Amino acid sequence: MFKVTAYERLTTNEYQLWIDAPRIAARAKPGQFVIIRMDETGERIPLTICETNPKDGQIRIIFQVIGKSTAELAEFKTGSELLDVVGPLGTPTAIKNYGTVLLVGGGVGIAALYPTVKGLKQAGNRVITVLGAKSKDILILRDECAKYSDELILMTDDGSIGRKGLVTEAMEDVFNREQIDQAWAVGPGIMMRFCTQVATKHDVPVYVSLNPIMIDGTGMCGCCRVTVDNHIRFACVDGPEFLGAGVDWDSFMQRMRQYRVQEKQAFEQYEQLRQVQ
Amino acid sequence: MVKRSYNQTPIKAQDPEVRSHNFNEVVLGYSLDEGRLEASRCLQCKNHPCMLHCPVMIDIPGFIKKIEDGDMDGARKIIAKYSNLGAICGRVCPQEKQCEMACTLGRSKKFEPVAIGKLERLVSDWDLDNPEPVKVIPHDKGRVAVVGSGPSGLTVAGDLAVKGYEVTVFEALSTPGGVLIYGIPEFRLPKATVKKEIDRIRDLGVKIETDVVIGKTITMSELVDDFDACYVGVGAGAPHFMSIPGTNLMGVYSSSEYLTRINLMHSYKFPTYDTPIEPAKQVVVIGGGNVAMDSARSAMRLGAENVSVIYRRSLEELPARIEEYHHSVEEGIQYHWLTNPVAYLGDENGQLTGVKCIKMELGEPDESGRRRPVPIAGSEFIIPATTAIEAIGQGANRVMLDTYPDLKTNKWGYVDANEETCATSVPGVFAGGDIVTGAATVILAMGAGKIAAKEIDEYITNKTAKKTSHSA
Ligand SMILES: Cc1cc2nc3c(=O)[nH]c(=O)nc-3n(C[C@H](O)[C@H](O)[C@H](O)COP(=O)(O)OP(=O)(O)OC[C@H]3O[C@@H](n4cnc5c(N)ncnc54)[C@H](O)[C@@H]3O)c2cc1C
Ligand SMILES: Cc1cc2nc3c(=O)[nH]c(=O)nc-3n(C[C@H](O)[C@H](O)[C@H](O)COP(=O)(O)OP(=O)(O)OC[C@H]3O[C@@H](n4cnc5c(N)ncnc54)[C@H](O)[C@@H]3O)c2cc1C
Ligand code: SF4
Ligand code: FES
Repeated sequence: MFKVTAYERLTTNEYQLWIDAPRIAARAKPGQFVIIRMDETGERIPLTICETNPKDGQIRIIFQVIGKSTAELAEFKTGSELLDVVGPLGTPTAIKNYGTVLLVGGGVGIAALYPTVKGLKQAGNRVITVLGAKSKDILILRDECAKYSDELILMTDDGSIGRKGLVTEAMEDVFNREQIDQAWAVGPGIMMRFCTQVATKHDVPVYVSLNPIMIDGTGMCGCCRVTVDNHIRFACVDGPEFLGAGVDWDSFMQRMRQYRVQEKQAFEQYEQLRQVQ
Repeated sequence: MVKRSYNQTPIKAQDPEVRSHNFNEVVLGYSLDEGRLEASRCLQCKNHPCMLHCPVMIDIPGFIKKIEDGDMDGARKIIAKYSNLGAICGRVCPQEKQCEMACTLGRSKKFEPVAIGKLERLVSDWDLDNPEPVKVIPHDKGRVAVVGSGPSGLTVAGDLAVKGYEVTVFEALSTPGGVLIYGIPEFRLPKATVKKEIDRIRDLGVKIETDVVIGKTITMSELVDDFDACYVGVGAGAPHFMSIPGTNLMGVYSSSEYLTRINLMHSYKFPTYDTPIEPAKQVVVIGGGNVAMDSARSAMRLGAENVSVIYRRSLEELPARIEEYHHSVEEGIQYHWLTNPVAYLGDENGQLTGVKCIKMELGEPDESGRRRPVPIAGSEFIIPATTAIEAIGQGANRVMLDTYPDLKTNKWGYVDANEETCATSVPGVFAGGDIVTGAATVILAMGAGKIAAKEIDEYITNKTAKKTSHSA
């Protein structure tokens, strides 16, 4: 059992948990994730380790409610216990001094990007960070990213903070202005795909963090397979980060929709039950 | 003495019509009387060929005699000397290629061999229902870490606990048991039986820590430093894909994923359990081993309209247990022999609609001595399918190996271990089961565990002796 030690609702739909998991806290590196199963009937959901506190044995996760499991997880208040938390899984981000790096995060992907921002800054890079969201009130981790960025550019759909527009516009500006040695893009599939196009156009290699459906997270089922450079790779062990230019985006995005019907059914049933209670 | 019947004592089984719609166990087991009747067919051969063909050399005539005498306690004591997992082996061992193949009775004209597996199951099920009080002995001879809780790791753990070691098993998944839990389906091996066997190993004082991925949560080097010896039994469950066009279409599964969803995650009880699986309609399974049979029969139970297995050789070469093949045919599963898939076809939404196949013929024998299937030009045809499951073999589970290069592997990516001692390139680290042999059988994994437990005991005893003589 893994205890939730702190619970916070960050925005209407995004939540943060600190979980007591000393072994994971001791070892986790930027880019790695955990798989959580809340209870006996639960599914295994992967969530990025956003931060660790090795001294107190705590890990921090941030998630967006989009379906049944995340809705249920949002009910795990301080003091409650999660049945399974396993990790740190995946290959860590290649943190080193590249020179000048550009990091782009969108929506809840910012939570997954933040440890990389921090890690790259600490490794001596000049860090330019672009964060994007629909509007100001759902733009998470602004101050924390600012702390580890030499420059922070905010983009919102409605212009409520920063500039009005898409993260790719900010990327274009940066690429036109200066030499970037390595880029990262973490967010919804469609965003990462367009970020890859922009970066590739400017000949800048870009890492993306792929979040396909997973089960075991240890390379034993092949559910998380993605095609990269025409080869089948397992995102849970070979990734989740890959160079965006090689990713077969069509099949990646298609596979995310595999269980749409069942997911909808489960969520509706859960909502109904909650209303009754 | 009554005349021996030619045939094995019939065993109760669920009717095919009924069982192909549920996940309950197919074969229901002998009653004590039926068991005694079957035991009386045994000739009690002096040269006991059955025993010689058992990978762990169980005293088969010995325990059969006890059954015949109605001495179940005596029977269980004999099996316990050789096996910790009798209720599992009795159900899933390929007896027709081992003990029952060699059985003298079965080799005589008209006679079927003694139903050794079903008798083993009878004894072990009785044993689980009538447990002996466990004697927990002090665990003061040393500390051993076991990586992986499949049959191999569990065997090492149980044997070493009995010898007086403090054993911790680390398992990556949420539930211990390895393939017994996530791979072999409920209808062949009830999870309650597996759980009982594992609880018994826990009762011996073995600690099982789930949700620990060695190489990630804890490193292998840490284990080597912290424990007196380690056993690596991480299995070979990583799926291979044929990588033919269309592999990423929705509806294409590896057997590992399909079976894990069903067995470990209980997706057949969706939405009570949260993990979904695609509804089975027209299902094609590729492969001819146990894994293929299990996938096909599981799909049937999920309500498929039709399920076909395509295999590139013919029935004679089918690697699956013959009992499982017969069961599958009874349940309505169809076979396309000498057939190989060449591409998956899909619609505009990325959903699988069919498997394009090609007919094969058997050509010259290959290195394995089996005739190599070769495609017949122009023989392509399409099988309509909404689900396709690839069961074409698995490779090493790499998570730990990739983070611990000290442990030497062979050219197939399996751990290079001495099969007689389970010793590896790292002193104090032993390995066995599928991670050494490649995908094999429960009994071979268990057998390796038996050997390793003995070797680890010797290794630690010698080490301790050296230390004491040095300090003296
Ligand atoms: C490596 C990795 C890291 C991730 N990190 C984060 C994070 O830090 N914060 C966050 O909010 N989300 C993260 N996700 C996504 C998160 O796992 C899914 O949002 C969650 O599983 C959805 O579950 P649900 O039942 O609420 O929604 P559902 O209704 O089940 O699904 C909604 C969508 O989520 C995706 N999804 C469903 N099940 C899974 C599954 N078992 N594994 C992966 N994706 C699934 C599918 O695309 C699906 O269409 C990450 C995913 C991966 C693979
Ligand atoms: C579907 C299917 C049907 C089968 N049917 C039969 C049958 O009828 N008869 C038969 O005899 N055999 C059968 N087999 C084969 C048999 O199950 C295997 O040979 C046997 O389970 C191997 O045992 P093992 O202990 O070596 O490994 P496994 O059973 O594979 O167990 C390995 C365990 O190690 C864990 N692990 C892996 N990496 C790590 C890590 N880094 N840290 C911690 N834990 C880790 C895994 O999660 C797993 O639980 C079947 C196999 C499958 C897949
Ligand atoms: S070979 Fe057959 S008949 Fe002979 S002892 Fe073994 S089980 Fe009995
Ligand atoms: S999630 Fe099973 S192989 Fe990646």
